[in-house]
Amino acid sequence: MPDSLLSPDLPRDGFVIVAKRECHTCELIQPVMQSLDREAALTVFTQDDPTFPSGLRHVVDDHALERSFHLGVETVPTLIRYAGGREVGRTFGWDRAAWVELAGPAAAGEGLPAWQPGCGSRSVEPGVQEILIARYGDPGLKAREITVGEWDDPIEACFERGWSDGLPVVPPTDDRILRMLGGTDRKPGEIVGLIPPNLAPCTVEKVAINAVMAGCKPEYMPVVLGVVEAALDPLFVLHGLLCTTHFSGPVVMINGPVTRAIGMNSGVNALGQGNRANATIGRALQLIVRNVGGGLPGAIDRATLGNPGKYTFCFAEDESDPDWEPLAQRRGIAAGKNAVTLFQGEGVRGFIDQKSRTPEELVRSLAMGLWGVSHPKLVDAGNAILVLSPEHYQIFKDGGWNRRRLEDELHQALKRPGRDLIYGAHGVAEGIPAKFADRMIDKFQPMPDGVLIVRAGGPAGLFSAIIGGWPGQRVSTECQAVTREIR
Amino acid sequence: MSTTTLRDPTAETSPTRRARLVPPPSLDGKVVALMDIGKSRGKEFLDRLEGHFKKAGVATRRYAKPTNTKVAPVELMQKIAAEAQLAVIALSD
Repeated sequence: MPDSLLSPDLPRDGFVIVAKRECHTCELIQPVMQSLDREAALTVFTQDDPTFPSGLRHVVDDHALERSFHLGVETVPTLIRYAGGREVGRTFGWDRAAWVELAGPAAAGEGLPAWQPGCGSRSVEPGVQEILIARYGDPGLKAREITVGEWDDPIEACFERGWSDGLPVVPPTDDRILRMLGGTDRKPGEIVGLIPPNLAPCTVEKVAINAVMAGCKPEYMPVVLGVVEAALDPLFVLHGLLCTTHFSGPVVMINGPVTRAIGMNSGVNALGQGNRANATIGRALQLIVRNVGGGLPGAIDRATLGNPGKYTFCFAEDESDPDWEPLAQRRGIAAGKNAVTLFQGEGVRGFIDQKSRTPEELVRSLAMGLWGVSHPKLVDAGNAILVLSPEHYQIFKDGGWNRRRLEDELHQALKRPGRDLIYGAHGVAEGIPAKFADRMIDKFQPMPDGVLIVRAGGPAGLFSAIIGGWPGQRVSTECQAVTREIR
Repeated sequence: MSTTTLRDPTAETSPTRRARLVPPPSLDGKVVALMDIGKSRGKEFLDRLEGHFKKAGVATRRYAKPTNTKVAPVELMQKIAAEAQLAVIALSD
C-alpha cells in the first residue's frame, strides 16, 4: 500500500473511504461517513459523483480513478485507516463489527443492518484496469514508445510508418496491449520464435501488439500464438512462402472447442468476410510477418499477383457431425484438443456439382475440379485443400463414406494417364516430360497431405471450394502443411 | 488534447524517426517540379532555378498553389506526383 506521506490527500492519522454513488451500500452508510467525519480526519474519494457523499468536510473527486488505482481498491466502500502516515488496516463493504474495530464507535452505524456487501470499484471494471495501469502505473512493456503528435491521427500515423497491410489498423496503445496480453498466461518477454525474412526475435508482447493492430480480441491470443508457432515450423518454410512469385500465402484452419468459444465461423460464408475472429487471427499473422519479420510486398515478397487471402485467410472447420473425423485429428491431434493447421495456399476456386447424387459420381467430379490446380496438365506442383460443403458432404455420408474412404477414393480418382499430360498433349505445350507417357500419374502427394479435406460452409449449395497449394510442396520432406496443438 | 503514445510493432531495427527519402544519384531522365506557393518573388526564384536546370539538361515543370494561405489541393499534389520525380518548392518571400 502507498505511504500516505507521498500524497497530500491522505490523512497522516485518520481514515480514507473510497465510495461511489451508484453503490447502494455506499448510499446506505452515508450516516456512518458523516459520523466518522465528526470524530476524526476523514477523506472520501468519490468515483462517480463529486457531490456524493454530502455533508462531509473533505470529499475528493476521483472520477479519473487515480486514487482508487493507487490505493488498490477493488470494492466500494473501502475504509482504510492511517496512523503515522502509513496504512494500518482496511475493510470493505459494510460490516459493522469490522468498521467498529477499525474506526471505533463512531463507525457503528446504528439502525443499519449489521452487514451488507459492497460493489465493485469502478477502477476494476472490465477494460478500466488496463487504462489505469497505462496512465498511472508501469505497464511493464518493452517495445519502444512512438509518440504521435497532438493533432495527428494515430491511424494515419500507423500508415505512415508502414505498419499497415493497406487497411486501417487499431493503434497499439498500452491499454490495448495490456488487455491483449491478458488473453494469455505466457510472459510478455517470452520469445515465440524468429520471424523471417529478417529472423527477428518475436516476443509474446510483439505478437500482442500486432494482434491489437489486426483487431483481435484478447481471447484470440492463444490461437494467434499457436498460429505463429505453426508458421515458424521449419516444415512450413515461411521464408520461401514469403519470397515466392507464386500466389500463395498462409491459409489458417482452426479445429477444436476454441473455435466455438471465440465465435469463429465455419458455416455460412466461412471463407468470406464478416467474422471478427476469422478475419483478425489471419490478419495478425500477416502483420507479424510484415512488421516483425520485415516481409514487405515488393521487397522480399515477390508475388507476381498475390491473392486477397494475403490480407487474411483463416477459418474454422465444422465439427458438428460426430461421424466426420476433423482435419486436426486426421493429422495426429487428440480429439477435443485445439489445433491450428497451416497450409501454403492460393485463392479460393469454386467447384460446382449439382448433379452428382452418389459418392462415386461426386468423387470423380471433385477429382476433375482438383486437376485444375496450378494447371490441368501439371502434377506435383502443389497440393490442395478441399473445403467440403454440407450438401456435398451429405452425399458421402449417405453413401456410408467416411473421411478415410473419401481420401482413398479421391486418391484413385486423381490419377490420369501420362499421355494426356505430357508436353504438347492436346495441343498444349505445358505438361510433364514425355517419358511419363505410359504411366498413370498422381496429381498430388499421397493422402492425407495431397488433399487436405476440411468441412465448412452454409447449409444450402451443392458447391465446394478448392484451394490450390504451392509448388514448394512438391518435396514433401522439406515443405508441408503443418498442424500444431494450441497451447 | 494530449499526445498518443503507441508501441512499436516492428523488430525495432530502424530509428524511430522516419528517414527522409534518399536523393537520386543523378537527375538524368528525371522531371523536377518547380512549385510556386504564391509568396512574393517566388516566381522570380523559380525562373532562375528553371534556367539552371535547363542549362544542365534537366526537364522541369511549373506548378502553383492557388493561394499561399492554404495547403496545396490534393489534385495538385497528385498531379506533381504523377508528372515529376523531384520537387523544389519556393516557399519564402
